Amino acid sequence: MSEEFKVEIVNPEKSFLVKDDVSEVVVPAFEGEMGILKDHISIISFLKPGIIKILSKSGQESYYVEDGIVEFKNNNLSILTSAIFNLADINKSKLQDLLKQAEEEASKTDMNDQSKYLVDQKIDVLRSIN
Amino acid sequence: MASLDDLKKRIASVKSTQKITKAMKMVAAAKLRRAQENAEKGRPYSEKMNNVILNLSNGLSDKENAPKLLSGTGQEKTHLCVVMTSDRGLCGGFNSNIIKKAKSYFSKILDEGKELKIITVGSKGNDQLKRVYGDKIIKNISFKESKNANYFDADKVGKMVIEKFETGEFDVCTIFYNQFKNVITQIPQAQQIIPLNNEGEESNSDESYEFEPDEDEILSNLLPKNISTQIFKAMLENSASEQGSRMSAMDNATRNAGEMVDKLTIEYNRSRQAAITKELIEIISGAESL
Repeated sequence: MSEEFKVEIVNPEKSFLVKDDVSEVVVPAFEGEMGILKDHISIISFLKPGIIKILSKSGQESYYVEDGIVEFKNNNLSILTSAIFNLADINKSKLQDLLKQAEEEASKTDMNDQSKYLVDQKIDVLRSIN
Repeated sequence: MASLDDLKKRIASVKSTQKITKAMKMVAAAKLRRAQENAEKGRPYSEKMNNVILNLSNGLSDKENAPKLLSGTGQEKTHLCVVMTSDRGLCGGFNSNIIKKAKSYFSKILDEGKELKIITVGSKGNDQLKRVYGDKIIKNISFKESKNANYFDADKVGKMVIEKFETGEFDVCTIFYNQFKNVITQIPQAQQIIPLNNEGEESNSDESYEFEPDEDEILSNLLPKNISTQIFKAMLENSASEQGSRMSAMDNATRNAGEMVDKLTIEYNRSRQAAITKELIEIISGAESL
């Protein structure tokens, strides 16, 4: 029996990635990393800044996301995100830019706990891949 | 009757206008294709987003305490209208169709004694609205610098709308844009985005979902994003409509210019012939009298 399912990543501008031979996806869900295998229960969750790992026959791919929603249903995983970058394509200076932006945002004082948490997360992730 | 020289000049000027409109038509056609592609590519995102929200709001156990973006503030006193138009002219009825739609909505609201606030996106709409509704316009946004509609711009508008909603500046928000049907037809749309009006739409799956964290939290995270997404969708539709509208307007203009050139050429030839005939008659009658 095949253990593969379909994953689709869309951003507002286009369908970013469609793959139907995926064996496992790890997403940075809001309450912690979440691994999704075939026949997972239907779930909706949203993402915090982090790394999406996609494991398929052709190997592992990693993407950096800033936010998004995941929906898993009938072995279809949809990830909606407004900001996503392939880690293989992203270069150092781009990362530095993102980090600088995030740090600027974090230095603002007038933000609620949740957005503060998200920005801190973003900085952590960006530092770790830098 | 105009002299031969005048006619010649007019023909030349109409011809050069025709050249311009023809070029504009071709540019619009090329841009239209790209805009259309973008609009199609953007569709899955907004559809999926809509679907998820539908599933969520249907599964919401406590409808009373639903987020305000979904259920509204409970009153309908102040209306915010986001009128989305283009930054450039010469696109036929594109802008005036949106304005017409918006104006009829405005007068309806004002007749009901409600308060009206307007945000215009795109300078052409602002130009047309500020004469009558100048005091109602609270902000004018223009994305002249951005070549194509991009999500970043839409997000900026979306965030601003949400911020105003949270500070209680308005109760109901409606966006006005042109929906692209085909090159000749664009339908002006008024879409209410706050509170989200999806009653009557049935979710296509009756499967129950697991939520992590709970529904409320996901919804309150998702709804602001949905606002930006809807605005982005409107921007994409608008840019496709603008190019389509410009294309057909310029096509008409080119054709009209062609007809005008034909007419003027006939007139020119006729008066030239008349002048020659007159000269001939003069010569002949001069020769006869000798």
